[in-house]
Amino acid sequence: MAGLKEIRSQIGSIQNTKKITKAMEMVAASKMRRAKDRMEASRPYADKMRQVVSHIALGNLEYQHSFVKSRDTVKRVGYIIISSDRGLCGGLNTNLFKAAFQSIAEWKEKDVEVDIAVFGSKALSMFKKYGVVAEANGLGDAPTIDDMLGTIKVMLDAYEEGQIDRLYLVENEFVNSMTQTPRVSQMIPIVAAEMEELEYHWDYLYEPESKEVIDSLMTRYIESLVYQGVVENIACEMSARMIAMKSATDNAGDMIDKLKLAYNKARQAAITQEISEIVSGAAAVE
Amino acid sequence: MATTMHLDVVSAEESIYSGTVQELIAPGSMGDLGIMPSHSQLITTLKAGELKYKTEEGMSSLFVAGGIMEVQPTIVTVLTDTAVRAEDLDEKAAEEAKTRAENALQGKDPEDMDYEAVKAELDAAKAQIEMIHRIGKTLS
Repeated sequence: MAGLKEIRSQIGSIQNTKKITKAMEMVAASKMRRAKDRMEASRPYADKMRQVVSHIALGNLEYQHSFVKSRDTVKRVGYIIISSDRGLCGGLNTNLFKAAFQSIAEWKEKDVEVDIAVFGSKALSMFKKYGVVAEANGLGDAPTIDDMLGTIKVMLDAYEEGQIDRLYLVENEFVNSMTQTPRVSQMIPIVAAEMEELEYHWDYLYEPESKEVIDSLMTRYIESLVYQGVVENIACEMSARMIAMKSATDNAGDMIDKLKLAYNKARQAAITQEISEIVSGAAAVE
Repeated sequence: MATTMHLDVVSAEESIYSGTVQELIAPGSMGDLGIMPSHSQLITTLKAGELKYKTEEGMSSLFVAGGIMEVQPTIVTVLTDTAVRAEDLDEKAAEEAKTRAENALQGKDPEDMDYEAVKAELDAAKAQIEMIHRIGKTLS
């Protein structure tokens, strides 16, 4: 039987742990709200981009950008993997990496090499040994596109130069605050299936040349996809952490209840023992 | 003939302006562009400058750091950049991203001070889990 004092100190330390997890839960909850706002705020831009890009991709226009044309032979593929910087967020990153590894393994089977760019230090430490060509981490809770441009550009340049023939984005999708699912999607060549069909075709006037305008548009389109991915991932991270910390808090509560029961039993036993000692002591004297 | 058009100014990070305007003057990369309602479809790149628009209350303006403008007869969308861009700046950022990755691969990472903090956090969490397990065993 554990000593009374020992149990009491165990209860104390679990109570401290519970306080910490409770605080982390509340911090994550408020950060999640802000991250969701940011996610909403980035949506109009991305939606508009998608409309314009889908028009350009589907319309039979005078200039076809290389991101729209798909290449027949695939020798090397690129991945952009978006993870969180910190842990303690349940299985969020693990599930994402599983999805990424699965997709990478499919290409490896076909003898296709893989280049990886990562966001977030969790993905960096995970994919280190598979050859990371570019990375960005420590973006914080309010990331700016500025901090991401370099990493994205490395992959886009690799595509333009023909070093990679496909580019995938691996990210977490924010379904709701309880559910986040990993998603692997093809970014380049731009998939026509995702695009809305247009009822009639017309071409824009371009100023300056169509090539210049479309080039900068396509680059921004990809950047906005990645930015959205990063912002969405923060919302996912926060809600995953909130859930993880909530269950940790609950578990700590259960633990404390069990310990309290054990403590009371031990106390009761000690009292009973004391009484019987006194009684038998008195009986011996008589 | 429409006399007004809808103007949306959005950046990747936020929505900046949305409303009905009568006239718009945008800093196109080839020179300023005046857009009136019922303009034919146009896409143009913008340079950093002042975007002026006329509403019922009069002229207003806001600063855009460059970007792309899409014009349709009744809707104008300005997709602004959040960053001031230049080809060589982007190039530099790309180089930096590569170098960071190389440093990380070689295990030296002077910038990443957080690593130690995260490790300490992890160790503390591990210790707590161990403790909880130990207590759990003594109870059952």
